Amino acid sequence: MKVKMLSRNPDNYVRETKLDLQRVPRNYDPTLHPFEVPREYVRALNATKLERVFAKPFLASLDGHRDGVNCLAKHPKSLATVLSGACDGEVRIWNLTKRKCIRTIQAHEGFVRGICTRFCGTSFFTVGDDKTVKQWKMDGPGYGEEEEPLHTILGKTVYTGIDHHWKDPAFATCGQQVDIWDEQRTSPICSMTWGFDSINSVKFNPIETFLLGSCASDRNIVLYDMRQATPLKKVILDMRTNTICWNPMEAFIFTAANEDYNLYTFDMRALDTPVMVHMDHVSAVLDVDYCPTGKEFVSASFDKSIRIFPVDKSRSREVYHTRRMQHVICVCWTADSRYIMCGSDEMNIRLWKAHASEKLGVLASRERAAQDYNRKLKEKFQHYPQIRRIACHRHLPKSIYSQIQEQRVMREARRRKELNRRKHSKPGSVPVVSERKKHVLAVVK
Amino acid sequence: MQAAEMNAIRAAEGLLALSQQEELVDLPNYPMSASEDEGDSDGERKHQKLLESIGSLNGKNRWKLAERSEASLKVSEFNVSSEGSGEKLVLSDLLEPVKTSSSLAAVKKQLSRVKSKKAVELPLDKEEVERIHREIAFNKTSQTLSKWDPIVLKNRQAEQLVFPLEKEQSDSVPIEHVFSSWKPRTPLEQEVFNLLHKNKQPVTDPLLTPMEKASLKAMSLEEAKMRRAELQRARALQSYYEARARREKKIKSKKYHKIVKKGKAKKALKEFEQLWKVNPVAAIKELEKIEKARMMERMSLKHQNSGKWAKSKAIMAKYDLEARQAMQEQLAKNKELTQKLQVVSESEEEEKGAEEEELLVPDVVNEVQMFADGSNPWMLRNCNSDAKGEIQKPEQPPEPVVQEFSESEEDERPGAEEEILLQEFEERRSLRKRSELNQNAEPVGSQETKDSGTQEVLSELKALTQKLKQKKHQSSKQKVSSGGTILQVQREECALEEEEPLLLQRPERAQTLEDLEDIAHEKYSQNKELPRPVLKGDRTERNPNNQTDAPKGKKKKEQMIDLQNLLTTKSPSVKSLAVPTAIEELEDEEEKHQKQIIKEAFAGDDVIKDFLKEKKEAVEASKPKDVDLTLPGWGEWGGIGLKPSAKKRRRFLIKAPKGPPRKDKNLPNVIINEKRNIHAAAHQVRVLPYPFTHHKQFERTIQTPIGSTWNTQRAFQKLTTPRVVTKPGHIIKPIKAEDVGYSSSSRSDLSVTQSNPK
Repeated sequence: MKVKMLSRNPDNYVRETKLDLQRVPRNYDPTLHPFEVPREYVRALNATKLERVFAKPFLASLDGHRDGVNCLAKHPKSLATVLSGACDGEVRIWNLTKRKCIRTIQAHEGFVRGICTRFCGTSFFTVGDDKTVKQWKMDGPGYGEEEEPLHTILGKTVYTGIDHHWKDPAFATCGQQVDIWDEQRTSPICSMTWGFDSINSVKFNPIETFLLGSCASDRNIVLYDMRQATPLKKVILDMRTNTICWNPMEAFIFTAANEDYNLYTFDMRALDTPVMVHMDHVSAVLDVDYCPTGKEFVSASFDKSIRIFPVDKSRSREVYHTRRMQHVICVCWTADSRYIMCGSDEMNIRLWKAHASEKLGVLASRERAAQDYNRKLKEKFQHYPQIRRIACHRHLPKSIYSQIQEQRVMREARRRKELNRRKHSKPGSVPVVSERKKHVLAVVK
Repeated sequence: MQAAEMNAIRAAEGLLALSQQEELVDLPNYPMSASEDEGDSDGERKHQKLLESIGSLNGKNRWKLAERSEASLKVSEFNVSSEGSGEKLVLSDLLEPVKTSSSLAAVKKQLSRVKSKKAVELPLDKEEVERIHREIAFNKTSQTLSKWDPIVLKNRQAEQLVFPLEKEQSDSVPIEHVFSSWKPRTPLEQEVFNLLHKNKQPVTDPLLTPMEKASLKAMSLEEAKMRRAELQRARALQSYYEARARREKKIKSKKYHKIVKKGKAKKALKEFEQLWKVNPVAAIKELEKIEKARMMERMSLKHQNSGKWAKSKAIMAKYDLEARQAMQEQLAKNKELTQKLQVVSESEEEEKGAEEEELLVPDVVNEVQMFADGSNPWMLRNCNSDAKGEIQKPEQPPEPVVQEFSESEEDERPGAEEEILLQEFEERRSLRKRSELNQNAEPVGSQETKDSGTQEVLSELKALTQKLKQKKHQSSKQKVSSGGTILQVQREECALEEEEPLLLQRPERAQTLEDLEDIAHEKYSQNKELPRPVLKGDRTERNPNNQTDAPKGKKKKEQMIDLQNLLTTKSPSVKSLAVPTAIEELEDEEEKHQKQIIKEAFAGDDVIKDFLKEKKEAVEASKPKDVDLTLPGWGEWGGIGLKPSAKKRRRFLIKAPKGPPRKDKNLPNVIINEKRNIHAAAHQVRVLPYPFTHHKQFERTIQTPIGSTWNTQRAFQKLTTPRVVTKPGHIIKPIKAEDVGYSSSSRSDLSVTQSNPK
């Protein structure tokens, strides 16, 4: 007679090592696990609450400058190194892991207007109010050596900005005109002008490296082609643009930080309409920097706050401020996309987390799974009023808060006026202009 | 002004065309092309000069052409040089030689065209030119940028993006390189190495030794396929036979086994015959085997009724018929096995046959004598058959057969019998199955059908048993030929076939009228069909069955008719709604009738009253309630049966304020529920969120859970993959053309810039 026995495969219930978790057989029968939506809703609510509870983005303040920090630059090869230039002509190199200044250079007389690192990370360039461009070695001088620049170029006019090419030994400065320099020469290999006003900043495109963008004080943004040595197109906005930043993942997208409290994301090929208008600041936006993943950017404003915007959203997802932080002049997003640095008027550089409630350090796999799940839950239930209320809640300093209220009233009044005008005039004589088109005055070919 | 603009446009077009021509080149080099002209050959220069001079002939030229001077002042007859002499070239001089030859007609034409042409337009002003340059450059740049479109789109829509984008190159050296550099040193190592290399063990990726490769090559694909198919067939056959053997093994019937055994023996005999004809040597060997078996049997006491079992049986034999039979079987077997096999030549056959008869007869006699039971049917049959054999022997043609199986007729008959029996078994099995099916179908099928089904089965069983009895009779009498039985079996089969659809219909439940009708039709047709076997009239058992079936069918029909009658009574009223008829009286009557019907149907419930009641309740429920704060026993006597006084109650009753008027106050037929659950509303989404186009879509996404409580681990992981993954401590560099498979321009931007300065 054949005896049939019940048998189980040990693989199903024996764990491989002692450290493994015990296997728990699960029955996924939906009748055994009722109330999916309410349970997940509660989980999402809890996750949102915890996110707000753990939102402590401020990490460190690097103090040492004796004047307002005017420019920041990140090291292309080392995550821990950051360079900053101050308004008194001092350049400092910081180590972020130690949170200490590792080198101080008195680079210029007057402001350090711009600072940029070479793509290989061995040297960096500074421009100052003293009409000089200086190249410095990244490593400090040996014992007994004096702190001296590698090269110094004396120009005819003041340089207001500098950026280095992403691949070639060339850099661009701006001032009266945009100059492109070969590192080996003391005169620019080409200089491009379009208009007569002074140019605030110049930025190389990180992907199509021959492209440059600059913004001038006559309210325009000009694009250049370095290889053909010609400007390409000019867009005039209704207020001055302070700086631009190219998207590191999308070659034709750049964002402009404008004096009219807004940021404009443009597609380079269609300048007449910005892709997105980002509005949340209540004062002039002074600097902008993209996250290396190209999904978000951070903006620094005169209203003593920095904000993080998703590229495809017109509203910010995060605002950082502290009581001591004054007008933020420069900002940069670190190359690992986890941290944000900002330099402000009151001589400090601050280090923030890019995601306020993110846990730093190594995560266990279960922890990571839980984090992913919570993130997904928050995303899934983000439209629910209770959850949105908690997730969107931010504390703001009174000045910013009241400014926001004021501006809302102003905007509402303007809108109402326009509506009334439209109502009381001949139909079609007061056309509806979309928010995106409103701010672009003209595109010059 | 307009003319100037036109000129500018024309020039721009020209430049655009130029740029389009140069699209394939990395950069336009029109600034360079002008300077390169200097390096051209002499002839070309002269040609140029000629053209210039021709151009200068036109008096309307506004500016002077720059004249080029040559180093030498010599004027040869081959060169056209206007310098030195100061004289001007006249077109007529040039044309003089042309007049003579007709082959230069083309040149002439060109010259005439040149003559007719007006002056070259003014060059554009600097700003215009720059604008054009900018436009061209911009177009070019946007073209180069548009190659990023698909990548950007892909990245924007990607489910997951992992940064940094570039793949890290592994530093590990492939293992074969490590192997090749390694060399054995110790003797043991060398030995192992030699062994390994003798087999030519492969080190690189396709893990096949040269031998394996050779073997692979040796067998072509088709061959391999054929072989595989063969193997498959063999395997299938094997499994089939195994299953069959198992099934047969399970059959407990002794009779069946006996028959099978006999069949086998017969088959063996036939085979032997064939073997004898084809290959006598092998046959002799076979014979020897049989002989050996005989010897073994003679040596052993196995079938001699001397064992323990046989002795016990012998004791019982007196009273038990079976025991007796068993003993006899044993002996018969012994006899069979010990019988001498004789291969007989054709001439000797008769004598041997006679000898055998002599041999055979005494044995039988002995056996009979031993048990002294003449009434034993087994023995009787044996005797009979033997006798038959004796009778028929002389008539048979001589055959080289083993004598034991010489009774051919005897063998044939059981063969036929065996087939019939096998078929019977088959039938029984199918019957059993059907009865099982019936039992399964019972709860589904209607009562009547079930009854008829069971009856059918019963009748079938009866028929079979009867038939078996008949068969026994036949076998004893040996009157009916095998053909007849086969016919009967066939008939049986056809009867079975006719019954099958009835059985199949059962599991379906009739729910609608149409279904019922269908069933009725089928029933009717079956009833028509059924008489056929009755007409043939070979089975009387079926008749009562059919008769029972037929009245039932009629009953069904009657029922159906009743239903239809009902329908017909209703149908006119339905029609009256659709088709207005002229005769109103009829209509009225019908209406009355209908109303009556409705009244009868809904006699119990008054809908309007119910609704009013419901509304009243709703209104009451929505009204704010008075609060009674009276405490019994305070300020007066208390106890069981005592109620607080009306005065007190009035005093402590807080009247609720009148609520706002109900929205359905003036709508008698409507109840508007004004109660909205505020607590639930706080957690509900009020407007459809942006990416969704329909509320159902949104609801669906909310209703699909993503947690591990409801999903398997794998699904959970898939559902919760983050959009962007970054590695901590890794620098994310901007996207590069090489990362996404594009080739970036080999020339550096700087060198290009230096090559065309401004």
